[in-house]
Amino acid sequence: MIIGRKAANFIRLCLSYIVLVALAVAAIYPALWILLASFRPGKSLYSKTLIPETFTLSHYKELFTSPVYMFGTWYANTLKIAVFSMLIGVVLTLLTSYALSRFRFKSRKTTMSTLLILGMFPGFMSMIAIYLLLKEFNLLDTHLALIIVYAAGAPLGGTLIAKGFLDTIPRSLDEAARIDGASNFGIFTRIILPLSRPMITYIALTLFVGPWVDFIFAKLILRTKENWTVAVGMWDMVNTMQNSNFTLFAAGAVLISVPIMILFGFLQRLLVDGLTAGASKG
Amino acid sequence: MQRHKARAGILSAIFMGLGQIYNRQFIKGLMFIAVEAVALIYFISNLGRAFWGITTLGESPSRLEKVKGIAKMVPGDHSIVILIESLITLLFFVLFLILWYMNIRDAYKIGAERENGRPSHTFTQSVRYILDYKFAQSFLLLPGFGILFFTIMPIIFMIMLAFTNYAAPNHIPPAKLVDWVGFETFRNLLVLKSWSHTFYGVLTWTIIWAVLSTVTTYFGGMLVALLINQKGIRFKGMWRMLLIIPYAIPQMISLLLMRNLFNGQFGPINQYLGFFGLNGLPWLTDPFWAKVTVIVVNMWVGIPVSMLLIMGVLTTIPRDMYEAAEVDGATNYQKFRIVTLPMILFSTAPTLIMQFAGNINNFNAIFLLTGGNPVNGNYQYAGSTDLLVTWLYKLTLDQNKNNMASAIGIILFIIVAGFSLYNYRRTKSFQEEDMIQ
Repeated sequence: MIIGRKAANFIRLCLSYIVLVALAVAAIYPALWILLASFRPGKSLYSKTLIPETFTLSHYKELFTSPVYMFGTWYANTLKIAVFSMLIGVVLTLLTSYALSRFRFKSRKTTMSTLLILGMFPGFMSMIAIYLLLKEFNLLDTHLALIIVYAAGAPLGGTLIAKGFLDTIPRSLDEAARIDGASNFGIFTRIILPLSRPMITYIALTLFVGPWVDFIFAKLILRTKENWTVAVGMWDMVNTMQNSNFTLFAAGAVLISVPIMILFGFLQRLLVDGLTAGASKG
Repeated sequence: MQRHKARAGILSAIFMGLGQIYNRQFIKGLMFIAVEAVALIYFISNLGRAFWGITTLGESPSRLEKVKGIAKMVPGDHSIVILIESLITLLFFVLFLILWYMNIRDAYKIGAERENGRPSHTFTQSVRYILDYKFAQSFLLLPGFGILFFTIMPIIFMIMLAFTNYAAPNHIPPAKLVDWVGFETFRNLLVLKSWSHTFYGVLTWTIIWAVLSTVTTYFGGMLVALLINQKGIRFKGMWRMLLIIPYAIPQMISLLLMRNLFNGQFGPINQYLGFFGLNGLPWLTDPFWAKVTVIVVNMWVGIPVSMLLIMGVLTTIPRDMYEAAEVDGATNYQKFRIVTLPMILFSTAPTLIMQFAGNINNFNAIFLLTGGNPVNGNYQYAGSTDLLVTWLYKLTLDQNKNNMASAIGIILFIIVAGFSLYNYRRTKSFQEEDMIQ
């Protein structure tokens, strides 16, 4: 032993801190850059300094006042679509996962495998069919169409994870309640729902964020500009302007990201639980 | 009278609900009768056309016709609309047949019970029975309906498209009709030189991409998680918070942003490199560097997820395993190799396979970052970084080669679904879930 245990430990910690700092810089830099770009005067993508010399809120103001970018309307649209598809989607997901977790019926395993396989299908492959279907029902260019499609797809994504979680709630609780005369529905609302709050939050969050950032499908369905969601609007901004107005894009990006980041911050713990529950319990 | 069940069954087969009424279940019977009445009206006007539509895909194309001496465009059959309408009608028909069968079985069963001297249920009793014993199935009805029409129906539709010649320039309705062509599209894709060259090229890159992106994010995340979890590292929460940030930014934003950062001409990264006297790299315009860029950017997006996941697993590893290892004089590295790594691998293996399958279909990472570019002259409508999934998108939305896109989609689906099903059937929770309770 040439170097003592303490010294080795010290070197190890120093190296770790150096790597961590480097990683943290790499993780934050782009985010910080777009945030600061949104306050930078002018339109250009590049600036010599990371921190702008003068700060301006004009890009944010332009987003909401400009007749070209109806950012306020888009924002409200997105919020509406995301909230409604989240609410319906959560209910549908819980219904399926409760049924699959607590009841034994003939085609149960088939149902589960089918859900899993269907969930793997590349989404926009079915877009043309859904597009024609919505056209049949006169639902093109409406928000209702998006809500229906997002909500109908929700059980595919969340059921198996939620079921994995529900499986961990002891069955004896149900049985005790049943002896006390509770119906299936009573058990669901009074025992299962309160106990699965972390899982519900996790599912709700993913179902909220999905519509919030989806642009492929929204772009296909929403035709008129005042019906767009923010994702479609931002995509259009980058595409039609060839990045010539980068600072405006940055301001929009900040407005989209901040609510989601706040949500993630609050729900970090639950997210970890959700990920691991999905991992170890299938 | 011992022939209730046969009579009730036959009556119900003739007209839904009659058997139930014969069994003196009037409300249920009337409900069934109403259903059949609606169904009859619907099917009489639609079913014939549906069979005609799905076999012929329309017979008259749009054409010019002389009306009072002036040539006028007469709209013909729109094959694709006909196909989807027929499909919907047939799906309703299948649902109706299932209901019809259930109605017969129900009448038969209750008839049998009456023969055994048990009175048939009243309506309230039936409702109670469903709530108590058929709860799961009735719970699944609503989500099942949504999935049937917004997932299964489109999938059937797309599979059917692969067997037609629905492609630009010669078979795009409403101007032209579409026909069934059998396996020709698949044959072209796999054998015909011009298509197969692109297909195998893109397939190879898709697999390389899926392996590299999964491995880099997984082990990157593991490294970060272990770094933060070391004994003696302070401010663990802060480090975690900082490194999670990329995960919280919507992918759409961060990928569009990265596209700007790595821009070869104006992008800050090359400008910084120039500042240090280095030549910029053609990040997104050179085939090789574009591939490197998507992998690197994907690490930035994906490492936080793996980090969270592995941190979660680390907390579940029992302390005493490490203590036992220490007693035996294990070094840090040995502790990692013998305790930590196997524990992590064991509990995240299913997620790892799912991430691999997900990366095969990682549309966003490629589409938003490079759009599949740079262009590859040897390829049929595909660029150097195109995955099968983005190629398929281009073929549908830009090129209108819908049949080819559907064929690729089916192949892609078989690959991915195979993986996930294999994975899922092997997980413990599927095989022995009742044992944990």
